Amino acid sequence: MSSEYDTTETLDVKGLSCPMPIVKTKQAIDDLETGDILEVVATDSGSMSDIRGWADGTDGVELLGQVEEGDHYTHYVEKTV
Amino acid sequence: MSTDNPPAAVDDTDPEFDAAELRTLRERVEELESSVAELNDGGGKKMTIIATQGSFDMAYPPLILASTAAAFDWEVVVFHTFWGLDILHEEKSKSLKLSAVGNPNMPLPNAIAAVPGMDAVATRMMQKKIDENGTATIDELIDLSLEQGVDLQACQMTIELMGYDESDFYDGVTTGVGAATALQHMAESDVQLLV
Repeated sequence: MSSEYDTTETLDVKGLSCPMPIVKTKQAIDDLETGDILEVVATDSGSMSDIRGWADGTDGVELLGQVEEGDHYTHYVEKTV
Repeated sequence: MSTDNPPAAVDDTDPEFDAAELRTLRERVEELESSVAELNDGGGKKMTIIATQGSFDMAYPPLILASTAAAFDWEVVVFHTFWGLDILHEEKSKSLKLSAVGNPNMPLPNAIAAVPGMDAVATRMMQKKIDENGTATIDELIDLSLEQGVDLQACQMTIELMGYDESDFYDGVTTGVGAATALQHMAESDVQLLV
């Protein structure tokens, strides 16, 4: 999947449902460095709203974009702190 | 900031416009901005859940909310009491049952649901759906919650009431706590839930 973001790492949470995409995203972000961009690929349609809500309510992360392609939902999250 | 004002209101050449006063004002604005930022801060929240139910379906909501809140960096306490203790009981948590009787979401009349073995059938059906949907197991959610620093507490009074032993629970579960501890956490929390 091509993207306009310079992603550091890709997290595959396909097939997992709530709350795993969020919990795994948080764990992956914790392991990254400031400025790194995480690409999260999910099949859970609820992840569109959940990742947005999580990124809004969490310090040190910024949601750069979300792409819906068929049954794949891809999220780009930057670690800002 | 000054660009928002009409030109007439700002006069930089006004000798009465004190530089020291301006500096104090700027400092005050910075101070206020940072305190507003702190108020808007999503982190630093606290949630306390009281988990009283130990059926297969009722074990999920507290664990899902707890592990998700931990991903928000919230401080989370789940106080398990009465049947809720079984969720933390290493052996019993693996065989939690769904009740077929009195469950309006079951496509069975109560007379049939009451037949011995129906709870096991209903539980197996639900378990199959959970597997197919990629929903985490109770085991997984407990591990994740503990890993993320959720404080899973087992009420001491009900441990004794049910005849359980402190060693029956998952490693990392807090024991030796009672209603006063739960109340204290609830009072300090932004979100309190009884499940």
